[in-house]
Amino acid sequence: MNKARSNPFNTVAMHGALILYTLIALFPVFVILINSFKERRSIFREPLALPDADSFSTIGYETVMQQGDFFLYFQNSMIVTVASLFFVLLFGAMAAYALSEYRFRGNMIMGLYLALGIMIPIRIGTVAILEMMVATGLVNSLWALILVYTAQGLPLAVFILSEFMRQVSDDLKNAGRIDGLSEYTIFFRLVLPLVRPAMATVAVFNMIPIWNDLWFPLILAPAEETKTLTLGSQVFIGQFVTDWNAVLSALSMAILPVLVLYVIFSRQLIRGITSGAVK
Amino acid sequence: MTALSLQNVNKSFGEVHVLKDINMEVEEGEFVVFVGPSGCGKSTLLRVIAGLEDASSGEIRIGGEVVNLTPPSKRGIAMVFQSYALYPHLNVRGNMTLALKQEGQSKALIEERVQEASRMLNLEPYLDRFPSELSGGQRQRVAIARAIVREPKLFLFDEPLSNLDAALRMNTRIEIANLHRQLGASMIYVTHDQTEAMTLADKIVVLRDGRVEQIGSPMELYNNPANQFVAGFLGSPSMNFFPAQLLQEGDDRTMGVRPEDLFLDDSGALAARVSHVEKLGGDTNVIAQVNDHQITARLFGQHAVEPGQDLRLGFKPQNAYHFNREGMRVD
Repeated sequence: MNKARSNPFNTVAMHGALILYTLIALFPVFVILINSFKERRSIFREPLALPDADSFSTIGYETVMQQGDFFLYFQNSMIVTVASLFFVLLFGAMAAYALSEYRFRGNMIMGLYLALGIMIPIRIGTVAILEMMVATGLVNSLWALILVYTAQGLPLAVFILSEFMRQVSDDLKNAGRIDGLSEYTIFFRLVLPLVRPAMATVAVFNMIPIWNDLWFPLILAPAEETKTLTLGSQVFIGQFVTDWNAVLSALSMAILPVLVLYVIFSRQLIRGITSGAVK
Repeated sequence: MTALSLQNVNKSFGEVHVLKDINMEVEEGEFVVFVGPSGCGKSTLLRVIAGLEDASSGEIRIGGEVVNLTPPSKRGIAMVFQSYALYPHLNVRGNMTLALKQEGQSKALIEERVQEASRMLNLEPYLDRFPSELSGGQRQRVAIARAIVREPKLFLFDEPLSNLDAALRMNTRIEIANLHRQLGASMIYVTHDQTEAMTLADKIVVLRDGRVEQIGSPMELYNNPANQFVAGFLGSPSMNFFPAQLLQEGDDRTMGVRPEDLFLDDSGALAARVSHVEKLGGDTNVIAQVNDHQITARLFGQHAVEPGQDLRLGFKPQNAYHFNREGMRVD
């Protein structure tokens, strides 16, 4: 075993550093959670105190439930995030496979073109996007958001996935061809499972910005029935008065689904089934 | 009947001309080995035959039919890959049956073929295991079994033994030779290892830089190499080359003598100083310098030769080969 790892002092130091980092990273989440269960005055008097018998209150959650259709917002966010991730992964993986597997004229140029989007922020094109959505009648629909997020996520997905697809053994794909599998079967059954960790990475990278985005929902889909969670929570933040109880409660509830999605994807990150396929 | 015939096959990747005018035939039931140094195009040639790469020009016939435009799965071939290339999501049985299921064969026939192949390769206990649960040797046997169940017109092996360790390699080599005898099928086998080529082949095709250097049975190539490259490539240790003028003034040819044809001889033609000795028990390999040329002699049995010693090596004139400046054989 590695000498540095077996040394008890190093072990303690390493764990200490990691625990410290975990505390720092989790602290804001912790503060949000405890304060969401306190009444307004206690939030400001002692922001770091745990809710006790006096200060405990679920008024924030009650407000959130009463005002606006919170479950609808929730559902909208979920639909937009999951659908966008699905399309990003599907089209990203397909483009990456084509770029890494087939030799055709303009392969390099096409790859560069598809990766160019990484360097250009999509928000620069907001006005044009809005005009397009108006022209196609997609404004105030979830499709507007899904399409924009798919476009936003594709460049990085193609870039990362094509790098991983190049590492998938040619022999395996060729064995499939000789056994009479179609190119689609080879892609879905042989290649995709082998790049699953990379797919999970792409999914995690794309998920958080989509879930948290305020910009596009505000511009493209501000109608009541298409509001996302982030946009819906904005009703509690006013120019002069902010209902902190409600904001903190809404945020606490918004954390949960991303957490669940993250756990699902991170399990894929760890698991690798390549062993045994090729040496 | 010919199992495979290639006529003027060329292959280029862009500017790079990888295969140059390949002509050859594989007879029914023949075991043909493509051998050559790495980068000589032997694997590309195999891929062209399999249909995984398209030939830039020329004609490929398998069992008499032109297959240039036929997809790999319809060519009646099966291939065994260097990296085994087993499907990771299927167990051994699944790996073996996939191609037959794709062809739409009946369940009874599939089961019968699997039984037959797993019996031949002793895979019965492993049928329900996944590739990740098998050792390297077992994986290679599964890869071979996957080829056998298809009962192809032509087997293609792409360096199947190079990922195995030395002991296993020898066993699997014998297994493949037995398999060829049992099945009587036509096989093409690609390797860079001349020992595998010599031991397995009915016919060896020596390739260099995308060109066929010589085609013939192992002993034909060993006894009668067409040029200096073939002479040096086959045989282990490889043939010694030195200028013929060492022995005869004014002779501008290159002389070649195999290490096993050299012997200790006090009146021998070559005066040598020993630089290294490899004692293998059965053989003794003597590496010696003759006028700055390194010569290897393979002496049978055990000899008390030490580095730094001066000795004379002789050979019979009929065992000497001569090559001209271009490396072609001239005797």
